[in-house]
Amino acid sequence: MNILVCITHVPDTTSRIAFTENNTKFDKNGVQFIIGPYDDYALARAVELKEANGGKVTVLNVGKAETEPTLRKALAIGADEAIRVNAFPSDSYFVAKQIADVAKQGEYDLILMGRESIDFNGGMVHGMVGELLGLPSFSPVMVLEVEGNSAKITREIEGGKEKLEVNLPFVAGCQEPIAEWKIPNMRGIMSARTKPLNVVEPTDNTKLTEIAQYELPAPKGAVKMIDADNVEELVNLLKNEAKVI
Amino acid sequence: MSVLVFIETEDGKIKKSSREAISYGAAIGEVTAITLGSVSNEELASAGANGATKVLHAADEKLNAGLIMPYAEVISKAFESTGAEVLVTAKSSLADAVVGRISVKLGAALASNVSELPKTDSGFVVKQSIYTGKAFVNTTLTTDKKILAIKKNAIELKTDGAAASVEAFDVALDDALFGAKITSSEKAEGDVLLPEADIVVSGGRGLKGPENWGIIEDLAKTLGAATGCSKPVSDMDWRPHHEHVGQTGVKVSPSLYIAVGISGAIQHLAGVNSSKFIVVINKDEEAPFFKAADYGIVGDAFEVLPKLNEALKKALA
Ligand SMILES: Cc1cc2nc3c(=O)[nH]c(=O)nc-3n(C[C@H](O)[C@H](O)[C@H](O)COP(=O)(O)OP(=O)(O)OC[C@H]3O[C@@H](n4cnc5c(N)ncnc54)[C@H](O)[C@@H]3O)c2cc1C
Repeated sequence: MNILVCITHVPDTTSRIAFTENNTKFDKNGVQFIIGPYDDYALARAVELKEANGGKVTVLNVGKAETEPTLRKALAIGADEAIRVNAFPSDSYFVAKQIADVAKQGEYDLILMGRESIDFNGGMVHGMVGELLGLPSFSPVMVLEVEGNSAKITREIEGGKEKLEVNLPFVAGCQEPIAEWKIPNMRGIMSARTKPLNVVEPTDNTKLTEIAQYELPAPKGAVKMIDADNVEELVNLLKNEAKVI
Repeated sequence: MSVLVFIETEDGKIKKSSREAISYGAAIGEVTAITLGSVSNEELASAGANGATKVLHAADEKLNAGLIMPYAEVISKAFESTGAEVLVTAKSSLADAVVGRISVKLGAALASNVSELPKTDSGFVVKQSIYTGKAFVNTTLTTDKKILAIKKNAIELKTDGAAASVEAFDVALDDALFGAKITSSEKAEGDVLLPEADIVVSGGRGLKGPENWGIIEDLAKTLGAATGCSKPVSDMDWRPHHEHVGQTGVKVSPSLYIAVGISGAIQHLAGVNSSKFIVVINKDEEAPFFKAADYGIVGDAFEVLPKLNEALKKALA
C-alpha cells in the first residue's frame, strides 16, 4: 500500500503571531515550526496502515529549504521517503496543483493530509487535489480502515458523524481521533538522516489569489469581574451592556 | 454583481448559517440561491426574507445525503449557468469539503474564513481570519469567478426581504459521482448545532466528569445555546468529539461564549477568540482564560452555574 501524506510546516500552536515589513510578511522571529497537528494525525495513521499492510509512506511538503527539518521529523516518525517541492506555498490552488502533479508521478492508494493547515485554516486543499486528480475526496475524516481495495471511513458532520464505504484511491483530510500522534524515537531519528529527501521544482506557477496585507485583531478590553454571589449582575451586563441575551 | 449562494438544509429547514450567507450575498449583489435534496417550496421561498431573489432547487432524492462529489457537480453547474460572479457559502463540514472541488472545476479563486464584506474599490479584496483567529489577512481574488466561505457572524442577518421564487434545477448526474456509499449517519437529535449557535456553553476538565454535565446542559437549554467542551474532555470521552472546541477542534464565533472550568490554554482560545463576548467561570483567579474574557466570575462551577441558571430564567421569562 502506497500512501502519500502532505505535510504543512507551520508555527507551533503556542506561537505569538506577528508581522513585519508593513504587515506584509510573517514574523518568524522566535517561532518554532512544527508538522501541522492535523497532518500529524494523517501521518500517524499512514504509518499504522503501512505497518499493518506493508507498503510505503511518502511525505510531501511544498516549501522552501527551511521546511526540511519538518520533513526529517516526518521521516523520523516513520515515513520512508520525502519530497519537497521547492516553492513558497503562497496560495491553496498553487499548493494543490503541486501535490496533484507529484501524486501523478507515483501510484498512490491513498493521499492523506490534515483537514486544514493551522496557519491559513483554509481546509480547501484536499478537495482541490481530489478534483485535480479526478479522485473522490473526503474531509474531515476521523476513522480510516482499509480492507483490500476499499475503505471504511467516518466523517465528522455538524452534531455527529457519518460512516462511508469507498474504493481506493481517494484523498482524505484527516483529524483526530484517526490515530494518536507519534513521537519519534531515537532509532527513527537516526534512520531519518539517511532516508531519501528529494527536491523537485514546481510544475506550474498559477495562483488564484494574492495576499495584500496582514492584520492583528484589536486588543481585548479589560475583563469585568463579577462577584460569585452576584450572578444577577452578570445577567444584567449580558442583557443591557453586551446585549447578547 | 450577480451572486450565487449555496443553501444547506437541516431537517428540512434552511440552516441559520446559510441565511447569513444569503444576507452576505445580498449585501454585495443580486442573489440566486441553490439548494439540493428534498425541501419544501415554502421553506425555500423564505430565503427571500434574507435577500434571495430566486432559489434553484435540485430536488433529486439522491441528493438528500450530502455527498461531496455530486454536490460539487450540481453547485458548479449552477455557478456556470447563472453566470454568477461570486459563490457564497457558510463554512460547514460539507461546504468545506465541496468548495475546493468547485474552485478547480471552474478556475475560481477561493477564500475561506471570510469575516467581513469584500472591498471592491480596487480589485476584489476579502478579509480572512487566519492562524486560528490570531490574525487576519486581506486577500485579493484575481479570477473572474470567486468563491467565499464565510464565518459565522460575518454579517448581520437580514430578515425583511420579500418571498423568493423557486425554480427546479435539474442536472444529469453520472452514477460515478455516487461511488461513496453512506452506510450510517448519527446525529444528536434536537440539539443546537455548535457551529451554528449564537450562544455556546462550554465545559472543561474542571467539571470533573461526564456525570456533571447536567449543569452545563441546563444552562444551555435556558439560553437556547449549544454545548461545547475542551479537548481533554472529548479525549476522555466525557463528551462527543464534535463538541471539542479549539485549535484542533471546532472554531466557533458566536455572540456569546461561556467557558466553565476551562483553564484557557492558547490552543483552546484559538477556537473561541472571534466570539463577540466571552464569559469565564473558573475557581482559579489566575486562570489564563480571564485575560481573554469580557466578564469573569471566580467561583466553583457547581455553585455558580445553578444560581446563574436561575437568574437567567428569571430574566428571560
Ligand atoms: C497541538 C495541541 C493542540 C491542542 N488543541 C486543543 C483544542 O483544540 N482545544 C482544547 O481545548 N485544547 C487543546 N489542546 C490542549 C490544551 O493545551 C489544554 O491542555 C486544554 O485546553 C486544557 O483543558 P481544560 O481547560 O479543560 O483543562 P485544565 O487545563 O485542566 O483546566 C481545568 C480548569 O478548571 C478549573 N476548575 C477546576 N475545578 C473547578 C470548579 N469546581 N469550578 C470552576 N473551575 C474549576 C481549574 O482552575 C482549571 O483552570 C491542545 C494541545 C496541543 C499540544
